[in-house]
Amino acid sequence: MNFRKQLKAGLLTNNPVLSQLLGMCSTMAITTTLFNGIGMGLSVTIILICSNVVISLLRKVIPDKIRIAAYIVIIAGFVTMVDLLLKAYVPALSDSLGVFIPLIVVNCIILGRAEAFASKNGVLASAVDGLTQGIGYTAALVVMCIIREFLGSGTFGKGVFGADGIRILPAQYPALMLILPVGGFLTLGCLIALTQWINKKLAEREAKKEAAR
Amino acid sequence: MNTFITLFAISLNAILAENFILVKFLGICPFMGVSKKTDTAVGMGIAVIFVMALASAATWAVNEFLLVSLGLEYMQTVVFILVIAALVQFVEMFLQKAMPSLYQALGIYLPLITTNCAVLGVALLNVQNSYTFIEAVVYGITGGIGFTLAIVLFSSIRQRLEDCDCPKAFKGFPLALIAAGLLALSFMGFSGFRVF
Repeated sequence: MNFRKQLKAGLLTNNPVLSQLLGMCSTMAITTTLFNGIGMGLSVTIILICSNVVISLLRKVIPDKIRIAAYIVIIAGFVTMVDLLLKAYVPALSDSLGVFIPLIVVNCIILGRAEAFASKNGVLASAVDGLTQGIGYTAALVVMCIIREFLGSGTFGKGVFGADGIRILPAQYPALMLILPVGGFLTLGCLIALTQWINKKLAEREAKKEAAR
Repeated sequence: MNTFITLFAISLNAILAENFILVKFLGICPFMGVSKKTDTAVGMGIAVIFVMALASAATWAVNEFLLVSLGLEYMQTVVFILVIAALVQFVEMFLQKAMPSLYQALGIYLPLITTNCAVLGVALLNVQNSYTFIEAVVYGITGGIGFTLAIVLFSSIRQRLEDCDCPKAFKGFPLALIAAGLLALSFMGFSGFRVF
């Protein structure tokens, strides 16, 4: 397995949020501060790796007809564990993410990877896939958070570097709109457009290389 | 009279001020996926109203009589998703036998609803807000109506986006997201609207 290639796919060409357009509910809802973004990204990554490994181990045991139900139960088990752990050790994160932690169960990324990858590949490859896709998801969240937090509240790293973060713009300038729901749609729209543009350029460059050969 | 006002407030909140899609960000996947045509959007909306109402009732009962009385509240996520999946399967079989015409119309949307976060979301929010049975069912129905309102409005906007002239990178999905953002902006106007 080519780890670098998979990492590049997870981050850019096959990014779960920006290219596959999966798991957008949480992406738009919680990306108002860096703290939320990192917390959510890590939670999803851990759940994704665990569920990918377990589903890959059980792929020959689970009957084909009830596989989706079986996957959902496995995923829901891990989500409950993470939910309880967060409540116990990081209550602040649990409070600010609220209902979106249990809703990881229906996050299409996890079910999507289970169906598209873990149910067809070995354990190690599935774990790596979970890790790279998780990193891609986290990266997308962090970028969204940084943009929205900077433009919306004028700070950087709220919750990570102290309760109020590092103030970049004076308090009266930021456009509050960006940390409201509207900002989620607008920021994600622009980011997806940017990814499409980069991916097209990359594909063109590859094609040119091929032609020169 | 008092309960009536509470129910009215819940409905108004669920449909406008705290619209499931545009304010709470629940159910974005179907919102983006099946909003290309108005008639499919209406079909999806009706299916969602139906399932959300049933899911609210079923999960409320399961939570109250099974989980709370046995002290198993931490199992909520697992149990709720199973109840919803079973419910959707059951509704599908029932409609196939009893109302084939409605089944034909809803068809492919029903299985998709299992992974719609709005449905699991309404179940979890009912518990979080500690609603009574009637309140939970009303919240489910009106939440579904809010979902339908947003998806139908958006589908009619999206049909016009198809032929508009825009930068190439924005073509398709990104432009749809931006349009949804503008729709969300207009729904923000309702947020001042609280009966409480």
